[in-house]
Amino acid sequence: MKKSILPYRIIWGLAFVVMAGPLIGLVVLAFSGGLGANPIEFINRYLGDWALRALLVALSATPLKIVFGWTWPIRLRRMLGLWAFAYVALHFVNYIAIEQFFNWQDIVTDIVKRTYITIGMGALVILSTLAATSNKRAIKRLGAKDWTRIHRYVYAAGILGCWHYFSMVKADLLPPLIHAAVLAGLLGIRMWSLVKKRATV
Amino acid sequence: MLIKIRKPWELKDQDVTPEHLFKQRRKFLKIGAAALAGGIGGGMLSRHAFAAWPAAGELLADVRKTAFDPGEALTPFDQVSSYNNFYEFGTGKDEPVYGAKDFKPAPWTVEIAGACAKPGLYDFSDLIDPHPLEERIYRHRCVEAWSMVVPWVGVSLADVIKRLEPTSKARYIAFETLLDPDRMPGQHRNVLQWPYVEGLRLDEAMNPLALLSVGLYGRTLPPQNGAPLRLVVPWKYGFKGIKSIVKITFTEDQPPTSWNRSSAHEYGFYANVNPEVDHPRWSQAKERRIGEFFKQKTLPFNGYGSEVASLYADMDLAKFF
Repeated sequence: MKKSILPYRIIWGLAFVVMAGPLIGLVVLAFSGGLGANPIEFINRYLGDWALRALLVALSATPLKIVFGWTWPIRLRRMLGLWAFAYVALHFVNYIAIEQFFNWQDIVTDIVKRTYITIGMGALVILSTLAATSNKRAIKRLGAKDWTRIHRYVYAAGILGCWHYFSMVKADLLPPLIHAAVLAGLLGIRMWSLVKKRATV
Repeated sequence: MLIKIRKPWELKDQDVTPEHLFKQRRKFLKIGAAALAGGIGGGMLSRHAFAAWPAAGELLADVRKTAFDPGEALTPFDQVSSYNNFYEFGTGKDEPVYGAKDFKPAPWTVEIAGACAKPGLYDFSDLIDPHPLEERIYRHRCVEAWSMVVPWVGVSLADVIKRLEPTSKARYIAFETLLDPDRMPGQHRNVLQWPYVEGLRLDEAMNPLALLSVGLYGRTLPPQNGAPLRLVVPWKYGFKGIKSIVKITFTEDQPPTSWNRSSAHEYGFYANVNPEVDHPRWSQAKERRIGEFFKQKTLPFNGYGSEVASLYADMDLAKFF
């Protein structure tokens, strides 16, 4: 195991600030008139984009360890994952409170009728569950084995997130494909390492 | 008289355009400064501290005011010209204002082809100048469920068609956008099949509402809005309003249309604004007017039913969406 050059606390702090970056950026844009002609749509897409990217960052902790032997990303994993959840939650709150302005009839119709919104809600449910069980008490209560099994669903959330993005695009599939390719790469590294482990046992 | 007002946020590239355009377009009287009006400018300056100010075109002379006016608040120029779906200049709605910045819509020729008595290559001014310029304020409803109110300037499409004398074989009219990836960098990627094509049934095109637009807010069209020549059919979704037209063909058969070709179950040939027929992925019952918080109900034919509903009297609009 390699030791990182910087003290863990500083790494943690830096990573926290980086993860907060998109949110700070949004606030700056909002106060500088940078949200464009349709601010509600802008905020919605911005938060959706960064929710998916934050999730991909959180999902890269284990692959980084597999490929480079770094252990410090693993220690950041909970914080990274909670940031991903925070962006997803903000994306959702923006949809409910601003985009639809609590029009529950339209919201329910959307969730039931529009596949990409149903898919997004699926990812939200998974990530909420994982966020709620991200503390030490939950790990103890569930037992390490069950907890790990439950938290593997984070990949399902990643797949749903990419699918959600993919299926709301009108014609330009490149941006969702790039995100999906990153996810596939990260998932591929984990599967490769799993297969390798099984083979050596 | 030469009026040139340079605002501090104007970019240097403005320096290059005027002389060139001045030579090309006889009809357009004055070289425009980039700002639409100082009044709007002051308020918007702070809001656009970090964005390029959309440059306005040249001032258009002899524009007739018309009765086409829904009496609703106009969407400000900077929003009309900075929030555009024009994939030839990028697929994000905030991209064309930057991507089209250096697009020169002159010289410009339009090819007239197909079933008509006067086919041929027309210079932009030969096609447009014989007709009076009218200002028409129309609601603009995008298929993405947002809308604007735009003061277009243009000529009646019906008048242009009559002058071209379509033959009895002409049942449809097809339009084509410029294909030139060097000038329209978005065409380097096949997001849609290029060039962009659109079409109307001839009786739709002859409807008095149909406009061949050459400007908005009293000035020539900004490139991102489809300079120098675009279609405006306000009872249809915005994507029918093909931009930067270089070819018009009279056809016997229904011509292909770009979005229909891209996704036939989502975008029909007619694309009439219809709150009853949802896009498969979202509702069309409501729309968000740019600049407003609350959504409003979408009107059948975008509120132009009294003028156009008769065109579709015997048609199942859920089938012919």
